[in-house]
Amino acid sequence: MTLVRTKFTVRAEMKMGESSERMNTATRRWKLYDTRLAWALVAPAVLLLFFLLILPILMMAVYTFFTFVTAGVESATLTLANWQEFFTDSYYHGFLLKTARIGATTAFICAVVGYFPAYFIWATNFKHKWLLLLLLIVPFWISFIIRTFSWINILGQQGVINVTLLKLGIISEPLPMLYTEGAVVMGLIHFLLPYMILNVYVSLESIDRTLIDAARSMGCTNAQAFREVTLPLSLPGLGAGLLLCFVLAAGSYVTPQLLGGSRDALFGNLIYDTIMGQLNWPMGATLSIVLFVLLGLVAAAYSRYVGLSQIVKGLSA
Amino acid sequence: MHDTTMSDASSDPRPFTAGDSSQGGQPAVDFRDIDIAYGKFMAVKDFSLSIAKGSFVTLLGPSGCGKTTILRSLAGLVDITTGQISIGGRRVDDVPIYKRNIGLVFQNYALFPHKSVFDNVAFGLKYRSVPKSEIAAKVTKALEMVRLPGSEKKLPAQLSGGQQQRIALARAIIFEPEVLLMDEPLSALDANMREDMRVEIKKIQKETGITAIFVTHDQEEALSMSDQIVVMNAGRIEQIGTPQQVYDEPATGFVANFLGKANMLPGTVSAADSSGATVALECGSDVKVAAPRALAKGDGVTVVVRPQKLSVTSGADGNRLAGRIVSASYLGGSAVYEIDIAGSIVRANSAIEGKPLAEGDAVEAGFEPHDCILLDAQGRRIA
Repeated sequence: MTLVRTKFTVRAEMKMGESSERMNTATRRWKLYDTRLAWALVAPAVLLLFFLLILPILMMAVYTFFTFVTAGVESATLTLANWQEFFTDSYYHGFLLKTARIGATTAFICAVVGYFPAYFIWATNFKHKWLLLLLLIVPFWISFIIRTFSWINILGQQGVINVTLLKLGIISEPLPMLYTEGAVVMGLIHFLLPYMILNVYVSLESIDRTLIDAARSMGCTNAQAFREVTLPLSLPGLGAGLLLCFVLAAGSYVTPQLLGGSRDALFGNLIYDTIMGQLNWPMGATLSIVLFVLLGLVAAAYSRYVGLSQIVKGLSA
Repeated sequence: MHDTTMSDASSDPRPFTAGDSSQGGQPAVDFRDIDIAYGKFMAVKDFSLSIAKGSFVTLLGPSGCGKTTILRSLAGLVDITTGQISIGGRRVDDVPIYKRNIGLVFQNYALFPHKSVFDNVAFGLKYRSVPKSEIAAKVTKALEMVRLPGSEKKLPAQLSGGQQQRIALARAIIFEPEVLLMDEPLSALDANMREDMRVEIKKIQKETGITAIFVTHDQEEALSMSDQIVVMNAGRIEQIGTPQQVYDEPATGFVANFLGKANMLPGTVSAADSSGATVALECGSDVKVAAPRALAKGDGVTVVVRPQKLSVTSGADGNRLAGRIVSASYLGGSAVYEIDIAGSIVRANSAIEGKPLAEGDAVEAGFEPHDCILLDAQGRRIA
């Protein structure tokens, strides 16, 4: 892991050096934009972000210090009770750990399963590469919730798999597949795999192929050249994919709600239950801020070592 | 001097030989009847070339002439369609690239960006199971050779283009490959750096005695570095010879024009005897040229005159072409003039006596009968 980290750092430093140099030469001669026009053009986006994202989060942050009176009622008396409850009650810690575990499992499986299609799309001589990339994006055309529901028809008691196996006489009673942790992870992978593949693909696409020729000319077999050149140079994409998959999985709410049993609830479901079930908004806000800060820290740590620009590249592929 | 022309080659079944093959016996590299096709496009046709051990051979030609394809076929990066390639007498057509034992230097350096200079240079040794202690000593030596000692821990991105290319060179020669292949290694460098690197590459090649094949489209690089130049055009060899041969005795009009932007003056033979001929140029003048064999009256020929041989100073003997200067570029000791001679433009690179000539001046461009090259109607050299 330390080895990987140093490589990430190296890459990040190189990038920063490059871009700052470029910026210097650009700004020294002339400005690429007019300052007032720039503000006018970004103002709508900034206002939207402020009123619809930053302000609500700030309001939630304030809510965490409110006092919970009874279901649906809170008072503006400031208190640390919510935070104290979160830090002392292991019930919440258990949820946090489980969420982290499922997020990590999902991200890891996505990385292992997703690297190969990314590599294939990159390496193929097939003329219509765009078609393969389009196939990756096709799932996004169907609502994520509908796609998640479809798993019920596949994994359920009356689902395709159980019905088929029963008819073939391989099993005598339906396998319990739906409403398990496995189903949740499956659903998350289904949702997140394209993100992983695109990230790895973009990273592979940025590799100069003469590097591989160079490695081979110096005595590397194809497999050795992959290990020496292709794999290390695609790690930033793999890292970006891991981060994205982890954050999205750990923050998911719909998938465990639809495909998981009550034991498979994740932190997102806990927040939902606290706010919608117990109508305890101050605690719900506290838990939301906790998840927000923790996932933010993961992203920040990643950005420190790799740079978030890799993810942006992956998403815009 | 030995004359190597396409017509000679077709009557001679032996492949072209580049470099002095008398000493080695076995050629270091041997291409025999190579054809390379990309789908329907023939990138290389009938390419035969034998390269002597220790020689520096340049493949010279415009982009798309097949020179890089030939280099890549030797490296094992491109499959040949027909023919055979040998390195040191060993057929390598079916040998995978990693077993061919060749050093490759790329135009874009192709250093591994995630590896230190040390790991880059040591790369080839690592895959030849050289013991670690020996690797360190060899890397130190190689870095000294390319004049970058102490740069082991740096990353390629921390080096300038010229330094990166020197590391790439060290990386390619450290494991003592049988051939060193360089694909336009200087094109990405700026002009000053390019000249330094030219000298340096040549020096290192001489010191190590490695057989080198160099691909370029730059005639200056080719002329200054090579023992032998292979001039290529449209997938075929136009001429093979020493730098002096290809420059002074171009086998074809293409070679004459590609090396040194010669003036090509078409005309017909109006009178001929055993020592020379008179050619009526299309631009109106009659010129006398030396010819080794009697030419038939009425033959279409092209008179090729290098800009350096075309004099605009008064009092030149021999042939004189009257014209008017359309552009003048002052170069210090000399000047390049473009002269309009009855509608065709010729270039003269002439020493300046007194005041340089100016645009619009009427001049007479002159050259001696033996200072030109004569091409036949097919563009092949007569004299």
